[in-house]
Amino acid sequence: MSEIKRKYVIPGELIAQGSYGIRGNMLKVGDKIYATRIGMAEVSSDTIKLISLNGSYMPRLDDIVVGKVVNFNAFGWQVDIESWFPAFLPAANVMGRDYSSARDSLASQLVIGDQLLAAIAAYDRTRDPLLSISGPGLGKIAEGDTIKVSASKVPRIIGKKGAMINAIESGSGCRLSIGQNGIIVMIGNRDSVSKATSAIKLIEAEAHSPGLTQKVQDILSSGARSS
Amino acid sequence: MTKLIDSAGLRLDGRKLNELRPIKIDVGILKNADGSAYIEMGKNKIIAAVYGPKEVHPRHLVRPDRAIVKCRYHMASFSTDTRKNPAPSRRETEISKIIRQSLEPALILEDYPRTAIHIWVEVLQSDGGSRCAGVTAASLALADAGINMRDIVASCAAGKVDGKIVLDLDNIEDMEGETDMPVALMPNIGQVTLFQMDGIMSPAEFKEAFELALSGCRELYQLQKQALFKKYFGTDKPQVREGE
Repeated sequence: MSEIKRKYVIPGELIAQGSYGIRGNMLKVGDKIYATRIGMAEVSSDTIKLISLNGSYMPRLDDIVVGKVVNFNAFGWQVDIESWFPAFLPAANVMGRDYSSARDSLASQLVIGDQLLAAIAAYDRTRDPLLSISGPGLGKIAEGDTIKVSASKVPRIIGKKGAMINAIESGSGCRLSIGQNGIIVMIGNRDSVSKATSAIKLIEAEAHSPGLTQKVQDILSSGARSS
Repeated sequence: MTKLIDSAGLRLDGRKLNELRPIKIDVGILKNADGSAYIEMGKNKIIAAVYGPKEVHPRHLVRPDRAIVKCRYHMASFSTDTRKNPAPSRRETEISKIIRQSLEPALILEDYPRTAIHIWVEVLQSDGGSRCAGVTAASLALADAGINMRDIVASCAAGKVDGKIVLDLDNIEDMEGETDMPVALMPNIGQVTLFQMDGIMSPAEFKEAFELALSGCRELYQLQKQALFKKYFGTDKPQVREGE
């Protein structure tokens, strides 16, 4: 691939001029391309990608998110996914097509306060997002600790092709499930959880500095004694 | 009447006619807000906070295709010489609306349908031109909250004092001078989002004052940019990184 030019931008700043394909957080006026967010623009020969450094979680179809049950009615549960709206998990998705509100009790599956790993099954901005827990690894979270980071930092925590998350998992001995909405579930013993926590906090604080994977590996190999 | 401009052409606080007051801007000062900014513009000390996008209350205000913006400008009871009644005054209600209207064109509200964005502008200490400083800080707070924007908004006033056209009026110049004209500008797009004027100027004077206000806004924009870069990239200067 040809050379990629990186540039820090703020809203309204001109990123480039010409015919480029653009991915997210940008505005095209004529052949001028402006940033609409604070972030890092990656300009390659034909496309521009803007990685934003802040902002709350915008649901996207098929995202895996971690949510918390906040309410329920006859048809399903309302789940807080740290976005603008609570998401809805239909009871039929959990109990099967023949769910009947007269016969079945929702409380037998999920109660208020439960946390769950779910996929966004439908979202088009005009209605609240719909969740689904049918899929491998999805469902109620039975054990583990959670930590909340900014949703815009999630790509850095996962890293290139999962490099960062693999480094944290192997370095701390703790299993991680990352929700795209910025909530991370850590499963492991107390020592490994505290190691993983300090690594994640480091990534969140220094998300845009280079050589981050190395720093994380250093903190993990030095042990959690210092923290 | 006090003499506002001395024989050397300097103003009461020693500024030249086309000089801004000393300005200090910090971004991201409030932990619990989604975005925040603090500005000191002369004796003005103002905090702006942004919360949202979030659910709209009351529900009937919801717009199905876009976000709504709610703005509250408020002066703390200790922000003036004599205590100010903390209840919102007619003036504060007006300025809340003015700030909202000068920021709305910069926001891409269609990206956030059915939500509300709350902007709070709290004046801790006031000098003239607090609406301008409020707009300047609030637009940084919006950028800090990660809301899609067409541009940052910079705002500053120009006016006529002792027969001279001056930039960035303070409180005495505002009250004793002839004309005050707050202007807000989206510097990259080159559009004006706020324009008010009280007082009288000739067309030639108006033209001069308007150009002066715009140049003040552009100067302010550089400071806004520096403040954002300092918070997000740990550097004051824009930079390009090659390679990888």
